[in-house]
Amino acid sequence: MITAREEKLNYLTADYGVKSWLLTVDHKRIALLYLATITLFFFLGGAFAVLIRLELLTPAGDLVQSQTYNKLFTMHGVIMVFFFLIPAVPAVLGNFLVPLMIGARDLAFPRLNLASWYIFVIGGTLSILAAILGGVDTGWTFYTPYSSTYSNTYVMITAVGIFITGFASILTGLNFIVTIHRMRAPGLTWFRMPLFIWANYAASLIMVLGTPVVAVTILLVGVERAFGLCIFNPNCGGDPVLFQHLFWFYSHPAVYIMILPTMGVISELVAACTRKQIFGYKLVAMASVAIAVLGFLVWGHHLFVSGQSVYAGLVFSFLSYAVGIPSAVKVFNWTATLYKGANTYQTPMLYAFGFIGLFTIGGLTGLMLAATGLDVHVHDTYFVVAHFHYIMVGGAIMGYLGGMHFWWPKMTGRMYPELPAKLSALVIFVGFNLTFFPQFLLGYLGMPRRYHAYPEEFQVLNVMSTAGASVLAFGYALPMFYFVWSLRYGQRVGNNPWGAKGLEWLTSSPPPTHNFDVTPIVTEPAYAYAAEEGAEIVHT
Amino acid sequence: MSTPSAEHPGHPAALLHHFDTAEQQKDASTLGMWLFLITEIMFFGGMFTAYVAGRFRFHEAFKEASNTLDVTLGAINTTVLICSSLTMALAVHAAQVGKKKQIVWFLLATILLGCTFLGVKVVEYHDKFVHHHVPGLHFHFPGPNARNAEMFFSIYFGMTGLHALHMVVGVGLLAVLAVRAGKGWFTPDYYTPVEMTGLYWHFVDIVWIFLFPLLYLLGAHFAITGH
Repeated sequence: MITAREEKLNYLTADYGVKSWLLTVDHKRIALLYLATITLFFFLGGAFAVLIRLELLTPAGDLVQSQTYNKLFTMHGVIMVFFFLIPAVPAVLGNFLVPLMIGARDLAFPRLNLASWYIFVIGGTLSILAAILGGVDTGWTFYTPYSSTYSNTYVMITAVGIFITGFASILTGLNFIVTIHRMRAPGLTWFRMPLFIWANYAASLIMVLGTPVVAVTILLVGVERAFGLCIFNPNCGGDPVLFQHLFWFYSHPAVYIMILPTMGVISELVAACTRKQIFGYKLVAMASVAIAVLGFLVWGHHLFVSGQSVYAGLVFSFLSYAVGIPSAVKVFNWTATLYKGANTYQTPMLYAFGFIGLFTIGGLTGLMLAATGLDVHVHDTYFVVAHFHYIMVGGAIMGYLGGMHFWWPKMTGRMYPELPAKLSALVIFVGFNLTFFPQFLLGYLGMPRRYHAYPEEFQVLNVMSTAGASVLAFGYALPMFYFVWSLRYGQRVGNNPWGAKGLEWLTSSPPPTHNFDVTPIVTEPAYAYAAEEGAEIVHT
Repeated sequence: MSTPSAEHPGHPAALLHHFDTAEQQKDASTLGMWLFLITEIMFFGGMFTAYVAGRFRFHEAFKEASNTLDVTLGAINTTVLICSSLTMALAVHAAQVGKKKQIVWFLLATILLGCTFLGVKVVEYHDKFVHHHVPGLHFHFPGPNARNAEMFFSIYFGMTGLHALHMVVGVGLLAVLAVRAGKGWFTPDYYTPVEMTGLYWHFVDIVWIFLFPLLYLLGAHFAITGH
């Protein structure tokens, strides 16, 4: 009887009590700690978005005035970018899955992994504190000299919060790179790795190389504000454009921290739902690395109208187009995989479809913005807002939710209810498009971003957008309910409810603390579905 | 960096559960440390970029401001740091060959040299306060380039301050190591923490090797090339 009970022990039941969670070094538990934290931040950032959309329901500034409105969009951006989107896929799904997918017992540095969560919580708490004290109004971009000299809001606390949180991201990236290099199961060569691992590896490169630069940039803003040092303030010969260069050197690649791991999720979902090897596996893997590398060379497209030289602008424009190539490689290869696949249309696949469509729109409008001539016209308008929301919300969050549905049975041992889940994917897709497509039109017609009031002719499109936002909010609330519901009432599942390939499906659901009872040995390429059905494996 | 010793005092070489071999564990620590040093390069890189931008735009002011720095003190500090890198390397070597007493002595010598460096830095910072060369309300610099000279001193304090902070952290790490080395924790089979701290110390040293000519010798450079 005792043996029977011991057999059932998994990472969730291995230990009880608050202390066993707060001091855990198990990557799977840390992933759940991150999940709880970023979900909180998501709804907090969402609350700011609700207020923004409510204010924009009417042309006049009736709900809030400009000062409050500035704080609303700043807090929305800060929380969503630094405390939700950047950690979302790597710190939750990546933390949970990277060791499982490569057949390791944990990440290389389990205690650094826990430290990263604590650092994240401290940074997040400081940012919430700043919001409670009265907020910050610089925009999430903290442009100098306004942020370093003139703003009377809580810039310092927010900056310190973001500075600290950066180290959580660095530690996660460092941990992933070392783990992927040193701890793969026997037989798991680089080109047998799941594409999710490739994508997280590429994103980790950005976290490790980029985050320190934004850290030092924020540090310089901080010392300029606190001690009157002179780096960015033009009054004493400082250079505000230097800040923009340093800031975007990280913050543009940061977009790829959000989207690359999500692309990894989509590769997994497409392979599992079509029961095929991803078309052009090697190219998709290398495209992740190419996006990470090229992503570091395009920051200047944020400075087309900031007094950057025309020739620099041309080069940055060209390189920004170049990023479109590996991104398109991925989209085309997913589509080619879908062709003549044994496609099933369960919830994760619906989210994946949502991702592919919305990411394509976001990517193509990104190319429009990379054209210097058009960018001068729509710079700082709602066109830009719509574009990056199609990437960050339509792309990153769709993929994140798709991944959450796909691996939920692995994380909890229980299946979510299919019908409301399908409904949520549909509602989110419709709500998202209703919210953000009108913003493309608004931007093209000339409505600037970051204003609380606007001319009357823009009202119809703004009302559509706000209406869409309420649909979207409903769509995001749905999974909260049925995920929690499924923890207790969801159908229990076995090791591999999807019949999918990948080492994470070999172990029990939920996995035991050390992941595998016996270290798996890999003998076939990733997504070798063909073997199962008696057909020939396409060797890569 | 994994330090198994903290969990298993007396058995510092213990293998953590998630590694298969001691070699794999050490490889992971080494790769992790090098990655960390790369993040440090990027961290300082932001400041070097600010320096380059300022130097190109205001080289006259940067030259004048650079000439006020004490080259002798800077050169002494450079020598001190290079010597400390030598004692650090000797400490790692002593750990490799298992000479436990020597590890402690070389670590203590490194700490002493590190503190000497910081002491000289305090003297230099004090001079800046006396001469009103600290950016801010009381900044004063003669001549028409005062404002841009303030940018030079901002970068000077930013870079040397950040470097000094890394030195302080390094001295702290060395002190912990010295205590553990005194207890005999490190053997030829397990001396990863000594080696990793050594890497860190050399890195901080190398940053100074760049800072010294860029900040202190800039005036002399401009004088020779005539720019």
